[in-house]
Amino acid sequence: MNEMWLGYCAAGLIGIGLYGLIVNPQPLHKILAFNIIGTGVFLVCAVVARRGAVPGMGGDPVPQALLITAIVVAFAASALAVALLVRLFEVEGSTSLDEEGASAKADRDERRA
Amino acid sequence: MNGAPTLALIALILGLALWIVLARETFAAVAGFIAYGLLLTLAWVGLSAVDVAMTEAAIGAGLTGALLIGAASRLRGGGYAEVRTRRGLAVRVLAIVASVGVTAVLVVCLGMLPEPSPTLAPLVADNLAATGVGNPITAVLLAFRAMDTLLEAIVLLFALIAVWSLTPDAAWGQRPDISHDVHPQGVLAYVARVLPPIGIVIAVYILWVGADAPGGKFQGATILASMWLLVMMAGLARAPPVGSTGLRAWLVAGPLVFVAIGLYGAWAAGAFLAYPDGVAKPLIVVIEIALMPSLAVTLALLLAGAPRNAEAAP
Amino acid sequence: MNALLERVLDAWTVVAVSAGGLFFLAGTVGLLRFPDSLTRLHALTKADNLGLGLVVLGLLAQADSVLMGVKLILIWGLLMWASAAVSQLIARTVHEAKGP
Repeated sequence: MNEMWLGYCAAGLIGIGLYGLIVNPQPLHKILAFNIIGTGVFLVCAVVARRGAVPGMGGDPVPQALLITAIVVAFAASALAVALLVRLFEVEGSTSLDEEGASAKADRDERRA
Repeated sequence: MNGAPTLALIALILGLALWIVLARETFAAVAGFIAYGLLLTLAWVGLSAVDVAMTEAAIGAGLTGALLIGAASRLRGGGYAEVRTRRGLAVRVLAIVASVGVTAVLVVCLGMLPEPSPTLAPLVADNLAATGVGNPITAVLLAFRAMDTLLEAIVLLFALIAVWSLTPDAAWGQRPDISHDVHPQGVLAYVARVLPPIGIVIAVYILWVGADAPGGKFQGATILASMWLLVMMAGLARAPPVGSTGLRAWLVAGPLVFVAIGLYGAWAAGAFLAYPDGVAKPLIVVIEIALMPSLAVTLALLLAGAPRNAEAAP
Repeated sequence: MNALLERVLDAWTVVAVSAGGLFFLAGTVGLLRFPDSLTRLHALTKADNLGLGLVVLGLLAQADSVLMGVKLILIWGLLMWASAAVSQLIARTVHEAKGP
């Protein structure tokens, strides 16, 4: 019964993360929202694992082991995303992914030249 | 966990997630994310997934939080002013519709989960004795699904190579720099001198106890990585140069030992990563001991990022 | 006799952990209501350390073995030490940011 509540909570988290991913213009906030979506997905998997409990084991260990792998790989993906973002900032001077940011920089360069 | 505590936890988790998404200040959002990770740890414990809870606390909240704080501070002071403020109303409404739609679909799918739930737990329980370990998750990670763990270690290496590939040409082969402006006699340096020995002991303990109780090499490797990061951030040691052969040897040693044991299994027991009878526990211990340092170094370097400055002298 | 002892221990756990929770709540109220970084830090460190101590004392009554009790006390010590170090760092950063 409780695991279903946590399952619905996970569905809510995925929705909230999706909203944040679309609406936030700043890439670091998008990375945060993406991590929230990821944790929502992990929660769903853990709910499925909990439903597979047998006397003697609190949950199906196979999905739980895969969840450990998933958390580590999600960290690696976040690290790569952050490295890309930092590099973008160093090269462009702005973290904007928009056309507006790029054209604002072009305007700045023009005014400087 | 029943009833009211679960509901309270769910309310906190959802509320905090909403706050992270709506927060305007980057640092506030990141701080909220660390608290969110710790609340998730409670959720994992409530779902009887204690190993996952430890991994989430260590990597999900701890290392990811440190990564994002580092990113927020590096990106501060530039660039955000040029990003237009938040999206217009149309995009927001569409985003709300999309997220509510996805949530609704997921809730419906969750309601359609099969009852009784298909599970591999009885299979694991039956074959647990053959592996020699008592913790079913360690058995799954290192015996039944060892291939996944091997591939994960290699994926981490690929991520590290990808991060290193972002180095500016002038700084290729140099050291990443994550030290702060610290006083050499200050509190951070003091912490970085006193905590690592304790951390190393705890990490080895968690690795060792993971055979029969919740724990294992991922959590231990994370603690080792954070101890090394603490030392680097306090300025007590410099990050190794990215081009150093010794560093690269450390990085690949774990996966290579893993692959070697896999090949030995192919020769001795008929399939890649199969363990011959009776030798399973020693092989698992060897893999764990070999993989933990490589994992720790990889995780720490992923957080340290790519070298950014060419150094005047090596 | 054993049942009575168990009940006393459980009651102690409830009382101590609740009191600890109250102190954490007080610390959070201080965090939200105090005007300045340094005063907020003060509220957090004092109240949270006391709350932590009470929670650990309450949980000690539930420990199954001496080893578990030792681990709890070790965690308590590490957390206090880390919190002291971090408070120092935050306070120094705030102080330096204000300028001479």
